[in-house]
Amino acid sequence: MERHFEKDLDELKDRLVWMGSLVERAVHQSVQAVLDGEKEMANRVIEEEPAINEMQIEVDERVVKLLATQQITAGDLRFAIAVSRINGDLERIGDQAVNIAQSALRILRHPRVKPYVDLPRMSEIAEEMVRDSLNALVRRDVELARNVLARDDVVDSLRNQIFRELLTYMMENSAVVFPAFELILVAKNLERIADHATNIAEDVIFMVVGRDVRHPALDRR
Amino acid sequence: MSSWAGTQHMRLRKGISYFFLSATALCALIVVGVLFFILGYLVWNGGSSVNLNFFTKLPTPVGETGGGMANAIVGTMKLLLLASLIGIPLGVVGGIYMAEFSGKLSAFILQYTADLLNGVPSIVIGIFAYSVIVLRMKHFSAYAGGFALGIMMVPVTLRSTEQFLRDVPLSLREASMALGASRWKTIVSVVVPAAYRGILTAILLSLARVAGETAPLLFTAFNNRFWSHGFNEPIASLPVVVYTYAISPYDDWHRQAWAAGLVLLGMVLLTNIIARGILSRGIQAPR
Amino acid sequence: MNAALGTARKPAPAAAGATKTDPLAGLKPRLEVKNLNFYYGTKHALHDISLTIPTNKVTALIGPSGCGKSTLLRTLNRMHETVKSSRLEGQILLDGEDILDQDVTRLRRRVGMVFQRPNPFPKSIFDNVAYGLRVNGYKGSISEAVEKSLRRAALWDEVKDSLHKSAYAISGGQQQRLCIARALAVDPEVLLLDEPCSALDPISTAKIEELLFGLKDYCTLAIVTHNMQQAARSSDLTAFMLEGHMVEFQSTEQLFTTPSDPRTEAYITGRFG
Repeated sequence: MERHFEKDLDELKDRLVWMGSLVERAVHQSVQAVLDGEKEMANRVIEEEPAINEMQIEVDERVVKLLATQQITAGDLRFAIAVSRINGDLERIGDQAVNIAQSALRILRHPRVKPYVDLPRMSEIAEEMVRDSLNALVRRDVELARNVLARDDVVDSLRNQIFRELLTYMMENSAVVFPAFELILVAKNLERIADHATNIAEDVIFMVVGRDVRHPALDRR
Repeated sequence: MSSWAGTQHMRLRKGISYFFLSATALCALIVVGVLFFILGYLVWNGGSSVNLNFFTKLPTPVGETGGGMANAIVGTMKLLLLASLIGIPLGVVGGIYMAEFSGKLSAFILQYTADLLNGVPSIVIGIFAYSVIVLRMKHFSAYAGGFALGIMMVPVTLRSTEQFLRDVPLSLREASMALGASRWKTIVSVVVPAAYRGILTAILLSLARVAGETAPLLFTAFNNRFWSHGFNEPIASLPVVVYTYAISPYDDWHRQAWAAGLVLLGMVLLTNIIARGILSRGIQAPR
Repeated sequence: MNAALGTARKPAPAAAGATKTDPLAGLKPRLEVKNLNFYYGTKHALHDISLTIPTNKVTALIGPSGCGKSTLLRTLNRMHETVKSSRLEGQILLDGEDILDQDVTRLRRRVGMVFQRPNPFPKSIFDNVAYGLRVNGYKGSISEAVEKSLRRAALWDEVKDSLHKSAYAISGGQQQRLCIARALAVDPEVLLLDEPCSALDPISTAKIEELLFGLKDYCTLAIVTHNMQQAARSSDLTAFMLEGHMVEFQSTEQLFTTPSDPRTEAYITGRFG
């Protein structure tokens, strides 16, 4: 029997997915702004952030209404809770993208420190993780979600690598301290983005199979 | 030491239980037995006389054999017809009034009055009909007899109709009124149809009862050796004929009296069975 | 860009409607109760009730037993008049006209009622639905109207081949939908439902709740329920009553997430009593 609140669930998913696409674009554009020195792109990311925040509020309001009025249970409940959590992670990814864009604007005033090698690789993996975690949500794909979790270590090690390399540069040449520092911040932001993507993947697993995989050390089963 | 009853106590309880079971079974058996005894007695004594003659021929002159009770059978029918014309409308419409419209006080008064009327001895009702109709008309008639029987039908029909109407749940009336039906339409289209099986049963049962009344007919309808034409003449009826023949000195008439009793009882039993059949097949509104 | 997310479209903005402050914003009133006081003999059952029931929406009345919600509902089609000792002060307006001035049988054709326990007449399914039509002198095709009502009540497919059968031959949930069809047959503007699901099992209840959702397009609905979750699920606006008083009247979403009155919150969270 079709229930009328199924429409509400579908609309909720649509909005989350839309928010995800906005966030994905923001990350991509902010990184491009850093790598290619595109000032307009950086500004655009900063201008488009309010749309993401608006959607976050709308999604939360919808989840509250759904939980208060429809007494959803089981899969529907896990879905609503997952949506609520993912909502927060997406908004923070958006914030990180804005931070990267702001760093991009500041880096523009200085000459390039070094050819970018690890940073593009790191950003590519981070963007893929965001994309795949959202795909896992849409397709309810637990395997894909687990795959995202596995890539977090790669991002972490890339960040450490970038830190070491840039520190060396800064110690050798004090003129590049400002841009190098911003690049370290960008790497940190990308690592945070990857973390949020893994959070999303964990929420997807909870939504689909009901297992909370957030802290494996605490797994009693 | 256990705090529950011991085996001796249990045996006593079982014994008492068994005793009461037997006692009540015995009483029930006696009651049923009486009915079958009467039935059997009638069949034994009158069965042979229930023949075609009985149903088709008029009574023969005193002393002759071969007569029948055709006029008494038809007479009972005509009397019951008249009784219905009085008893059914008064009883049913009165019952509708009592169930639907009367307040607490008037309902109580009417119920009490009906019950009293029910308890009035049938011969008193006969006297009443005698003085109201027979004396005025200066002769006995089927009208007088039908009138007396009709009065006797009213209390049972009234109370039963009232009871069956009250049994129709309030929710049905509310549903009808919530659809825009007036009080009267609700009663006619919903309440009475819901209760009609019960009302029909009540009518049949009260007809069966008055069919066997003898006393009131003795001096209203009186009796008639021949066919009575219309309703304005004295008319024969089965109960009165039973009475007349039974106290006569003629054996043939005695046998016919037995037969008449058997036929009367048969009619009553048949009506009862039909009435119960109707009642049990009804679409009962679930509680 | 990936396939799944690439097809994401900007969702349509939410329809303008109830705001947090005014539950009736943008809604047309159908029934208005103004300063209603109701007495059963000497007992003052409803105290100065004012309520607006908007068109084409479901308004729920909730509250603990004895709070007067059923009493209030029954005044809306003057069913209270079946009790001799009842007395009513105040105004009840249907489309602006006082219902106390109108002919009561005409009023009840416009404002129908479905009761707590299914109460079909001891007639066939067809005759049950046709009853209201016949009683009100319907001039059109009765069998067409019966089919239309049974379809609206989501019962047609289940009974279309046995319309002549007794109404008691179907299950309790189906009987209640039959009662809904019977009430809908006369095309009422308002349908009042007095705890319509309290005698039914959960699946029948769910079927009827879905049914109500669709009925909104045809008429205005007011439902009394002691099951507040049902009110949360099925209604657009909810009124909370306590001891004959109207405590709070809000959009359902607002009432169940952030009620203004602490008594409402106590009742809804189950801490009442």
